[in-house]
Amino acid sequence: MDWIDFLIVVLRVVVVFALLLLVTIINVWAERKVVADFQNRIGPERAGPFGMLQTVADGLKLFFKESIIPARSEVGMFLLAPFLAVIPAFLIFLNIPFGRPITIGDRVIPLQGMDVDVGLLIVLAMSSMAVYAVVIAGWSSGSKYPLLGGVRATAQAISYEAAMGLAMVAVVLFSATQAADAPGGTLSLAELVERQSGTWAGIIPRWNLIPQIVAFVIFFIAAIAETNRAPFDLVEAEQELVGGYFTEYSGMRFAMFFLAEYINIFSMSALTATLFLGGWNGPTWDGVLPVWLSALLPFVWFMIKTYVLVFIFFWIRATLPRLRYDQLMALGWKRLIPGALGWLMLTAVVLGYRRFGLPWS
Amino acid sequence: MTYFESYLTVGAFIALGALLVGVVLVLARALAPSNPSAEKLSTYECGVDPVGSGWSQTYVRYYLYGLLFVIFDIEAVFIFPWAIQLESLGMFGLIEMLVFIGILVLGLVYAIRKGVLRWE
Repeated sequence: MDWIDFLIVVLRVVVVFALLLLVTIINVWAERKVVADFQNRIGPERAGPFGMLQTVADGLKLFFKESIIPARSEVGMFLLAPFLAVIPAFLIFLNIPFGRPITIGDRVIPLQGMDVDVGLLIVLAMSSMAVYAVVIAGWSSGSKYPLLGGVRATAQAISYEAAMGLAMVAVVLFSATQAADAPGGTLSLAELVERQSGTWAGIIPRWNLIPQIVAFVIFFIAAIAETNRAPFDLVEAEQELVGGYFTEYSGMRFAMFFLAEYINIFSMSALTATLFLGGWNGPTWDGVLPVWLSALLPFVWFMIKTYVLVFIFFWIRATLPRLRYDQLMALGWKRLIPGALGWLMLTAVVLGYRRFGLPWS
Repeated sequence: MTYFESYLTVGAFIALGALLVGVVLVLARALAPSNPSAEKLSTYECGVDPVGSGWSQTYVRYYLYGLLFVIFDIEAVFIFPWAIQLESLGMFGLIEMLVFIGILVLGLVYAIRKGVLRWE
Protein backbone atom coordinates (compact mmCIF):
# COMPACT_ATOMS: atom_id res chain seq x y z
CA MET A 1 0.00 0.00 0.00
CA ASP A 2 1.72 3.18 -1.11
CA TRP A 3 0.95 6.64 0.16
CA ILE A 4 -1.73 7.39 -2.42
CA ASP A 5 -3.77 4.41 -1.26
CA PHE A 6 -3.31 5.52 2.30
CA LEU A 7 -4.46 9.03 1.38
CA ILE A 8 -7.54 7.58 -0.30
CA VAL A 9 -8.43 5.63 2.86
CA VAL A 10 -8.02 8.76 4.98
CA LEU A 11 -10.08 10.76 2.52
CA ARG A 12 -12.87 8.20 2.57
CA VAL A 13 -12.98 8.20 6.35
CA VAL A 14 -13.11 12.00 6.46
CA VAL A 15 -15.79 12.17 3.75
CA VAL A 16 -18.02 9.67 5.55
CA PHE A 17 -17.54 11.53 8.84
CA ALA A 18 -18.35 14.91 7.29
CA LEU A 19 -21.37 13.44 5.51
CA LEU A 20 -22.74 12.00 8.75
CA LEU A 21 -22.35 15.23 10.69
CA LEU A 22 -23.90 17.24 7.86
CA VAL A 23 -26.93 14.99 7.47
CA THR A 24 -27.44 15.01 11.24
CA ILE A 25 -27.64 18.80 11.24
CA ILE A 26 -30.12 18.63 8.36
CA ASN A 27 -32.12 15.74 9.84
CA VAL A 28 -32.74 17.37 13.21
CA TRP A 29 -34.03 20.45 11.45
CA ALA A 30 -36.00 18.37 8.93
CA GLU A 31 -37.70 16.39 11.66
CA ARG A 32 -38.78 19.51 13.53
CA LYS A 33 -40.03 21.08 10.32
CA VAL A 34 -41.86 17.93 9.12
CA VAL A 35 -43.48 17.25 12.49
CA ALA A 36 -44.44 20.93 12.71
CA ASP A 37 -46.17 20.64 9.34
CA PHE A 38 -48.03 17.54 10.51
CA GLN A 39 -49.23 19.45 13.56
CA ASN A 40 -50.09 22.60 11.62
CA ARG A 41 -47.34 24.64 13.23
CA ILE A 42 -44.52 26.57 11.60
CA GLY A 43 -41.55 25.02 13.36
CA PRO A 44 -38.09 26.58 13.52
CA GLU A 45 -37.87 29.66 11.28
CA ARG A 46 -35.60 32.24 12.91
CA ALA A 47 -32.04 30.91 12.59
CA GLY A 48 -30.96 31.05 8.96
CA PRO A 49 -33.17 30.55 5.88
CA PHE A 50 -36.24 28.48 6.86
CA GLY A 51 -34.62 27.98 10.26
CA MET A 52 -32.06 25.63 8.76
CA LEU A 53 -29.34 26.75 11.16
CA GLN A 54 -31.49 25.96 14.20
CA THR A 55 -29.53 22.76 14.91
CA VAL A 56 -26.23 24.63 14.74
CA ALA A 57 -27.58 27.27 17.12
CA ASP A 58 -28.80 24.60 19.55
CA GLY A 59 -25.48 22.80 19.38
CA LEU A 60 -23.53 25.97 20.07
CA LYS A 61 -25.81 26.78 22.98
CA LEU A 62 -25.11 23.39 24.56
CA PHE A 63 -21.39 24.17 24.54
CA PHE A 64 -22.07 26.88 27.12
CA LYS A 65 -24.25 24.76 29.37
CA GLU A 66 -22.98 23.16 32.53
CA SER A 67 -22.39 19.43 32.30
CA ILE A 68 -23.44 17.99 35.62
CA ILE A 69 -22.03 14.76 37.03
CA PRO A 70 -24.43 13.70 39.77
CA ALA A 71 -22.89 12.88 43.14
CA ARG A 72 -24.41 9.40 43.21
CA SER A 73 -23.25 8.34 39.76
CA GLU A 74 -20.53 5.83 38.93
CA VAL A 75 -18.26 8.46 37.43
CA GLY A 76 -16.11 6.32 35.13
CA MET A 77 -19.03 4.56 33.48
CA PHE A 78 -21.01 7.79 33.43
CA LEU A 79 -18.28 9.46 31.38
CA LEU A 80 -17.79 6.43 29.12
CA ALA A 81 -21.40 6.07 27.99
CA PRO A 82 -21.51 9.01 25.50
CA PHE A 83 -18.48 7.57 23.69
CA LEU A 84 -20.14 4.16 23.48
CA ALA A 85 -23.24 5.76 22.03
CA VAL A 86 -21.55 7.73 19.26
CA ILE A 87 -18.84 5.35 18.00
CA PRO A 88 -21.08 2.37 17.02
CA ALA A 89 -23.44 4.84 15.36
CA PHE A 90 -20.58 6.01 13.14
CA LEU A 91 -19.42 2.46 12.45
CA ILE A 92 -22.78 1.32 11.07
CA PHE A 93 -22.69 3.86 8.28
CA LEU A 94 -19.06 3.06 7.53
CA ASN A 95 -20.20 -0.22 5.93
CA ILE A 96 -22.82 1.24 3.66
CA PRO A 97 -21.90 1.93 0.02
CA PHE A 98 -23.26 5.37 -0.86
CA GLY A 99 -22.22 5.57 -4.52
CA ARG A 100 -20.91 3.65 -7.47
CA PRO A 101 -17.17 2.94 -7.29
CA ILE A 102 -15.25 5.69 -9.09
CA THR A 103 -12.46 4.78 -11.50
CA ILE A 104 -9.62 7.27 -11.75
CA GLY A 105 -6.77 6.05 -13.94
CA ASP A 106 -6.18 2.45 -12.87
CA ARG A 107 -7.50 2.93 -9.36
CA VAL A 108 -11.02 1.90 -8.41
CA ILE A 109 -12.23 3.86 -5.40
CA PRO A 110 -15.30 2.37 -3.71
CA LEU A 111 -17.56 5.05 -2.24
CA GLN A 112 -17.89 3.26 1.05
CA GLY A 113 -16.07 3.61 4.34
CA MET A 114 -14.89 0.01 4.11
CA ASP A 115 -15.85 -3.06 2.15
CA VAL A 116 -15.39 -6.16 4.28
CA ASP A 117 -16.80 -9.58 3.50
CA VAL A 118 -18.86 -9.62 6.66
CA GLY A 119 -20.27 -6.09 6.37
CA LEU A 120 -23.77 -7.14 7.30
CA LEU A 121 -22.57 -8.90 10.44
CA ILE A 122 -20.62 -5.82 11.50
CA VAL A 123 -23.76 -3.73 11.07
CA LEU A 124 -25.72 -6.19 13.19
CA ALA A 125 -22.99 -6.25 15.84
CA MET A 126 -22.75 -2.47 15.97
CA SER A 127 -26.47 -2.02 16.33
CA SER A 128 -26.30 -4.30 19.37
CA MET A 129 -23.28 -2.40 20.71
CA ALA A 130 -25.47 0.69 20.88
CA VAL A 131 -27.45 -1.02 23.62
CA TYR A 132 -24.42 -0.97 25.90
CA ALA A 133 -24.37 2.82 25.86
CA VAL A 134 -27.99 2.95 26.96
CA VAL A 135 -27.56 0.31 29.65
CA ILE A 136 -24.37 1.81 31.03
CA ALA A 137 -25.79 5.33 30.94
CA GLY A 138 -28.92 4.14 32.71
CA TRP A 139 -27.15 2.13 35.34
CA SER A 140 -24.28 4.50 36.09
CA SER A 141 -26.54 7.51 36.71
CA GLY A 142 -27.50 6.04 40.08
CA SER A 143 -31.03 7.27 39.63
CA LYS A 144 -34.40 5.54 39.28
CA TYR A 145 -35.66 6.82 35.95
CA PRO A 146 -32.46 6.16 33.99
CA LEU A 147 -32.22 2.67 35.46
CA LEU A 148 -35.76 1.83 34.33
CA GLY A 149 -35.04 3.31 30.92
CA GLY A 150 -31.88 1.26 30.61
CA VAL A 151 -33.57 -2.01 31.55
CA ARG A 152 -36.43 -1.35 29.17
CA ALA A 153 -33.96 -0.55 26.41
CA THR A 154 -32.13 -3.85 26.82
CA ALA A 155 -35.24 -5.98 26.63
CA GLN A 156 -36.57 -3.99 23.68
CA ALA A 157 -33.35 -3.95 21.70
CA ILE A 158 -32.62 -7.66 22.07
CA SER A 159 -36.19 -8.58 21.16
CA TYR A 160 -36.20 -6.60 17.94
CA GLU A 161 -32.63 -7.46 17.07
CA ALA A 162 -33.62 -11.11 16.75
CA ALA A 163 -36.39 -10.20 14.31
CA MET A 164 -34.07 -7.88 12.42
CA GLY A 165 -31.38 -10.54 12.02
CA LEU A 166 -33.89 -13.10 10.76
CA ALA A 167 -35.26 -10.65 8.20
CA MET A 168 -31.69 -10.02 7.04
CA VAL A 169 -31.10 -13.77 6.56
CA ALA A 170 -34.07 -13.98 4.20
CA VAL A 171 -32.56 -11.18 2.10
CA VAL A 172 -29.12 -12.84 2.06
CA LEU A 173 -30.73 -16.12 1.04
CA PHE A 174 -32.64 -14.48 -1.78
CA SER A 175 -29.72 -12.48 -3.10
CA ALA A 176 -27.60 -15.65 -3.16
CA THR A 177 -29.64 -16.70 -6.17
CA GLN A 178 -29.39 -13.31 -7.86
CA ALA A 179 -25.71 -13.33 -8.73
CA ALA A 180 -24.98 -13.37 -12.44
CA ASP A 181 -21.53 -14.94 -12.36
CA ALA A 182 -20.48 -15.95 -8.85
CA PRO A 183 -23.02 -18.28 -7.25
CA GLY A 184 -23.45 -18.38 -3.51
CA GLY A 185 -24.46 -15.84 -0.93
CA THR A 186 -22.64 -12.81 0.33
CA LEU A 187 -22.63 -10.59 3.40
CA SER A 188 -20.75 -7.78 1.71
CA LEU A 189 -23.04 -4.79 1.34
CA ALA A 190 -21.32 -3.61 -1.83
CA GLU A 191 -21.97 -7.01 -3.40
CA LEU A 192 -25.60 -7.02 -2.19
CA VAL A 193 -26.14 -3.68 -3.93
CA GLU A 194 -24.44 -4.92 -7.08
CA ARG A 195 -26.85 -7.85 -7.25
CA GLN A 196 -29.84 -5.53 -7.27
CA SER A 197 -28.78 -3.72 -10.44
CA GLY A 198 -30.74 -4.07 -13.66
CA THR A 199 -34.44 -4.70 -14.16
CA TRP A 200 -36.98 -7.50 -14.43
CA ALA A 201 -38.86 -7.48 -17.73
CA GLY A 202 -37.24 -4.19 -18.64
CA ILE A 203 -39.22 -1.93 -16.31
CA ILE A 204 -39.32 -3.33 -12.76
CA PRO A 205 -36.05 -2.59 -10.91
CA ARG A 206 -34.48 -5.72 -9.44
CA TRP A 207 -34.76 -4.46 -5.90
CA ASN A 208 -35.11 -6.94 -3.06
CA LEU A 209 -38.15 -4.94 -1.97
CA ILE A 210 -40.52 -6.68 -4.36
CA PRO A 211 -39.75 -10.38 -3.72
CA GLN A 212 -38.87 -9.72 -0.08
CA ILE A 213 -41.68 -7.34 0.86
CA VAL A 214 -42.49 -9.18 4.11
CA ALA A 215 -38.85 -9.08 5.19
CA PHE A 216 -38.82 -5.37 4.36
CA VAL A 217 -41.78 -4.64 6.62
CA ILE A 218 -40.35 -6.69 9.49
CA PHE A 219 -36.91 -5.18 9.04
CA PHE A 220 -38.18 -1.62 8.96
CA ILE A 221 -40.34 -2.02 12.06
CA ALA A 222 -37.36 -3.59 13.85
CA ALA A 223 -35.14 -0.73 12.66
CA ILE A 224 -37.50 1.82 14.20
CA ALA A 225 -37.50 -0.15 17.44
CA GLU A 226 -33.70 -0.50 17.42
CA THR A 227 -33.26 3.26 17.14
CA ASN A 228 -35.76 3.76 19.98
CA ARG A 229 -37.95 6.02 17.89
CA ALA A 230 -41.67 6.62 18.35
CA PRO A 231 -43.85 4.58 18.62
CA PHE A 232 -41.20 2.39 20.27
CA ASP A 233 -39.60 5.12 22.39
CA LEU A 234 -40.55 3.60 25.73
CA VAL A 235 -36.91 3.81 26.59
CA GLU A 236 -37.14 7.55 26.92
CA ALA A 237 -40.86 7.97 27.43
CA GLU A 238 -40.98 11.55 28.70
CA GLN A 239 -44.26 11.25 30.56
CA GLU A 240 -43.18 8.17 32.52
CA LEU A 241 -39.40 8.29 32.76
CA VAL A 242 -38.62 12.01 32.39
CA GLY A 243 -35.91 11.38 29.77
CA GLY A 244 -35.13 7.71 30.31
CA TYR A 245 -31.49 6.79 30.32
CA PHE A 246 -30.22 10.35 29.80
CA THR A 247 -32.27 12.00 32.55
CA GLU A 248 -29.09 12.79 34.49
CA TYR A 249 -27.07 13.90 31.48
CA SER A 250 -26.81 17.56 30.63
CA GLY A 251 -24.86 19.92 28.42
CA MET A 252 -22.66 18.45 25.73
CA ARG A 253 -22.83 14.90 27.11
CA PHE A 254 -26.56 14.92 26.47
CA ALA A 255 -25.89 16.26 22.98
CA MET A 256 -23.75 13.21 22.25
CA PHE A 257 -26.70 10.86 22.86
CA PHE A 258 -28.82 13.09 20.70
CA LEU A 259 -26.23 12.99 17.93
CA ALA A 260 -26.04 9.19 18.14
CA GLU A 261 -29.81 8.88 17.85
CA TYR A 262 -29.98 10.94 14.70
CA ILE A 263 -27.00 9.21 13.11
CA ASN A 264 -28.71 5.91 13.85
CA ILE A 265 -31.91 7.05 12.14
CA PHE A 266 -29.95 7.96 9.05
CA SER A 267 -27.80 4.81 9.10
CA MET A 268 -30.79 2.53 9.55
CA SER A 269 -32.61 4.22 6.68
CA ALA A 270 -29.49 3.94 4.55
CA LEU A 271 -29.17 0.26 5.47
CA THR A 272 -32.80 -0.40 4.59
CA ALA A 273 -32.30 1.39 1.27
CA THR A 274 -29.18 -0.69 0.65
CA LEU A 275 -30.77 -4.03 1.46
CA PHE A 276 -34.18 -3.53 -0.08
CA LEU A 277 -34.27 -0.50 -2.37
CA GLY A 278 -31.21 -1.26 -4.46
CA GLY A 279 -28.82 1.14 -2.72
CA TRP A 280 -27.24 3.48 -5.21
CA ASN A 281 -28.66 1.68 -8.25
CA GLY A 282 -30.57 3.87 -10.67
CA PRO A 283 -30.33 5.19 -14.18
CA THR A 284 -27.07 7.06 -14.73
CA TRP A 285 -27.23 7.59 -18.53
CA ASP A 286 -23.54 6.86 -18.99
CA GLY A 287 -22.23 8.37 -22.18
CA VAL A 288 -25.20 10.71 -22.58
CA LEU A 289 -24.44 12.90 -19.57
CA PRO A 290 -21.03 14.34 -18.71
CA VAL A 291 -18.81 11.89 -16.84
CA TRP A 292 -18.88 13.74 -13.54
CA LEU A 293 -22.68 13.88 -13.57
CA SER A 294 -22.95 10.14 -14.25
CA ALA A 295 -20.61 9.52 -11.34
CA LEU A 296 -22.65 11.76 -9.06
CA LEU A 297 -26.08 10.36 -9.93
CA PRO A 298 -25.74 7.06 -7.94
CA PHE A 299 -25.08 9.13 -4.82
CA VAL A 300 -28.18 11.19 -5.58
CA TRP A 301 -30.33 8.06 -5.99
CA PHE A 302 -28.96 6.69 -2.73
CA MET A 303 -29.78 9.91 -0.88
CA ILE A 304 -33.28 10.10 -2.37
CA LYS A 305 -34.07 6.52 -1.31
CA THR A 306 -32.62 7.09 2.14
CA TYR A 307 -34.52 10.30 2.67
CA VAL A 308 -37.81 8.70 1.64
CA LEU A 309 -37.23 6.23 4.49
CA VAL A 310 -36.12 8.99 6.88
CA PHE A 311 -39.33 10.80 6.05
CA ILE A 312 -41.31 7.65 6.89
CA PHE A 313 -39.50 7.58 10.25
CA PHE A 314 -40.74 11.14 10.92
CA TRP A 315 -44.17 10.37 9.53
CA ILE A 316 -44.60 7.38 11.85
CA ARG A 317 -43.45 9.47 14.80
CA ALA A 318 -46.00 12.16 14.03
CA THR A 319 -48.83 9.68 13.48
CA LEU A 320 -48.68 6.79 15.94
CA PRO A 321 -49.05 6.99 19.73
CA ARG A 322 -46.56 5.18 21.90
CA LEU A 323 -47.14 1.46 22.54
CA ARG A 324 -47.66 0.02 25.98
CA TYR A 325 -44.78 -2.13 27.18
CA ASP A 326 -46.62 -5.45 27.02
CA GLN A 327 -47.84 -4.57 23.53
CA LEU A 328 -44.27 -3.81 22.51
CA MET A 329 -43.04 -7.18 23.70
CA ALA A 330 -46.01 -9.04 22.24
CA LEU A 331 -45.42 -7.38 18.86
CA GLY A 332 -41.78 -8.38 18.91
CA TRP A 333 -42.05 -11.96 20.12
CA LYS A 334 -45.50 -13.04 18.95
CA ARG A 335 -45.69 -11.25 15.60
CA LEU A 336 -42.32 -10.20 14.22
CA ILE A 337 -40.11 -13.14 15.23
CA PRO A 338 -42.56 -15.91 14.21
CA GLY A 339 -43.34 -13.86 11.10
CA ALA A 340 -39.66 -13.56 10.22
CA LEU A 341 -39.08 -17.27 10.86
CA GLY A 342 -42.04 -18.22 8.70
CA TRP A 343 -40.94 -15.90 5.91
CA LEU A 344 -37.42 -17.30 6.09
CA MET A 345 -38.71 -20.88 5.75
CA LEU A 346 -40.99 -19.89 2.87
CA THR A 347 -38.11 -18.15 1.07
CA ALA A 348 -35.87 -21.16 1.60
CA VAL A 349 -38.49 -23.61 0.32
CA VAL A 350 -39.32 -21.55 -2.77
CA LEU A 351 -35.67 -20.97 -3.64
CA GLY A 352 -34.81 -24.60 -2.93
CA TYR A 353 -37.63 -25.78 -5.17
CA ARG A 354 -36.49 -23.52 -8.01
CA ARG A 355 -32.90 -24.57 -7.62
CA PHE A 356 -33.06 -28.28 -6.75
CA GLY A 357 -36.59 -29.34 -7.69
CA LEU A 358 -38.72 -31.56 -5.49
CA PRO A 359 -36.84 -33.55 -2.83
CA TRP A 360 -38.25 -36.90 -4.00
CA SER A 361 -37.63 -36.44 -7.70
CA MET B 1 -7.95 -3.36 -0.32
CA THR B 2 -6.73 -6.40 1.56
CA TYR B 3 -8.37 -8.04 4.52
CA PHE B 4 -6.40 -6.25 7.22
CA GLU B 5 -6.44 -2.88 5.51
CA SER B 6 -10.25 -2.92 5.72
CA TYR B 7 -10.05 -3.41 9.43
CA LEU B 8 -7.47 -0.65 9.60
CA THR B 9 -10.25 1.63 8.41
CA VAL B 10 -12.44 0.37 11.25
CA GLY B 11 -9.65 1.25 13.67
CA ALA B 12 -9.24 4.69 12.13
CA PHE B 13 -12.96 5.26 12.41
CA ILE B 14 -13.11 4.22 16.06
CA ALA B 15 -10.16 6.51 16.82
CA LEU B 16 -11.69 9.41 14.91
CA GLY B 17 -15.06 8.91 16.59
CA ALA B 18 -13.47 8.83 20.04
CA LEU B 19 -11.41 11.89 19.12
CA LEU B 20 -14.47 13.82 17.96
CA VAL B 21 -16.41 13.11 21.14
CA GLY B 22 -13.33 13.82 23.23
CA VAL B 23 -12.61 17.15 21.57
CA VAL B 24 -16.23 18.25 21.84
CA LEU B 25 -16.39 17.34 25.53
CA VAL B 26 -13.07 19.02 26.33
CA LEU B 27 -14.16 22.14 24.46
CA ALA B 28 -17.46 22.15 26.33
CA ARG B 29 -15.58 21.80 29.59
CA ALA B 30 -13.51 24.85 28.72
CA LEU B 31 -16.50 26.94 27.68
CA ALA B 32 -19.22 25.85 30.08
CA PRO B 33 -19.55 27.26 33.58
CA SER B 34 -19.06 24.88 36.48
CA ASN B 35 -20.31 25.77 39.91
CA PRO B 36 -21.68 22.62 41.48
CA SER B 37 -23.71 22.66 44.63
CA ALA B 38 -25.13 19.85 46.73
CA GLU B 39 -28.65 20.40 45.38
CA LYS B 40 -27.46 20.51 41.80
CA LEU B 41 -25.53 17.27 42.13
CA SER B 42 -28.37 15.38 43.73
CA THR B 43 -30.31 12.83 41.73
CA TYR B 44 -33.41 14.01 39.87
CA GLU B 45 -36.66 12.85 41.36
CA CYS B 46 -39.52 15.18 40.49
CA GLY B 47 -38.05 18.00 42.54
CA VAL B 48 -38.18 16.32 45.96
CA ASP B 49 -35.16 14.87 47.75
CA PRO B 50 -34.43 11.42 46.29
CA VAL B 51 -35.81 8.55 48.32
CA GLY B 52 -33.71 5.43 48.83
CA SER B 53 -30.99 4.23 46.52
CA GLY B 54 -30.97 4.76 42.78
CA TRP B 55 -30.45 1.08 42.16
CA SER B 56 -33.67 -0.74 42.81
CA GLN B 57 -34.83 -4.24 41.98
CA THR B 58 -36.30 -4.70 38.54
CA TYR B 59 -38.89 -7.01 37.17
CA VAL B 60 -37.63 -10.58 36.65
CA ARG B 61 -39.42 -10.84 33.30
CA TYR B 62 -36.72 -8.77 31.64
CA TYR B 63 -34.34 -11.60 32.52
CA LEU B 64 -36.53 -14.20 30.83
CA TYR B 65 -36.45 -12.19 27.62
CA GLY B 66 -32.69 -12.16 27.89
CA LEU B 67 -32.63 -15.97 28.12
CA LEU B 68 -34.91 -16.36 25.11
CA PHE B 69 -32.81 -13.89 23.15
CA VAL B 70 -29.67 -15.97 23.63
CA ILE B 71 -31.39 -18.88 21.87
CA PHE B 72 -32.36 -16.77 18.89
CA ASP B 73 -28.99 -15.07 18.68
CA ILE B 74 -27.12 -18.37 18.60
CA GLU B 75 -29.57 -19.53 16.00
CA ALA B 76 -28.52 -16.57 13.83
CA VAL B 77 -24.91 -17.72 14.15
CA PHE B 78 -25.93 -21.00 12.49
CA ILE B 79 -28.35 -19.58 9.95
CA PHE B 80 -26.11 -16.90 8.39
CA PRO B 81 -23.41 -19.32 7.13
CA TRP B 82 -26.12 -21.70 5.95
CA ALA B 83 -27.85 -18.92 3.98
CA ILE B 84 -24.59 -18.16 2.17
CA GLN B 85 -23.74 -21.76 1.41
CA LEU B 86 -27.19 -23.08 0.53
CA GLU B 87 -26.16 -23.50 -3.11
CA SER B 88 -23.44 -26.02 -2.26
CA LEU B 89 -25.27 -27.70 0.62
CA GLY B 90 -28.14 -28.68 -1.63
CA MET B 91 -31.47 -30.22 -0.72
CA PHE B 92 -30.06 -32.04 2.31
CA GLY B 93 -28.89 -28.77 3.87
CA LEU B 94 -32.22 -27.13 3.15
CA ILE B 95 -34.28 -29.84 4.84
CA GLU B 96 -31.88 -30.04 7.75
CA MET B 97 -32.21 -26.29 8.39
CA LEU B 98 -35.98 -26.47 8.10
CA VAL B 99 -35.98 -29.13 10.82
CA PHE B 100 -33.69 -26.91 12.94
CA ILE B 101 -35.90 -23.84 12.52
CA GLY B 102 -38.96 -26.01 13.14
CA ILE B 103 -37.56 -27.06 16.53
CA LEU B 104 -36.91 -23.42 17.38
CA VAL B 105 -40.46 -22.46 16.46
CA LEU B 106 -41.69 -25.26 18.72
CA GLY B 107 -39.56 -23.79 21.51
CA LEU B 108 -41.04 -20.34 20.97
CA VAL B 109 -44.58 -21.76 20.89
CA TYR B 110 -43.83 -23.62 24.13
CA ALA B 111 -42.58 -20.43 25.76
CA ILE B 112 -45.68 -18.54 24.66
CA ARG B 113 -48.01 -21.30 25.84
CA LYS B 114 -46.22 -21.44 29.19
CA GLY B 115 -46.94 -17.75 29.60
CA VAL B 116 -43.30 -16.72 29.71
CA LEU B 117 -44.04 -13.80 27.41
CA ARG B 118 -47.15 -12.67 29.25
CA TRP B 119 -46.66 -9.29 30.84
CA GLU B 120 -48.85 -8.39 33.79
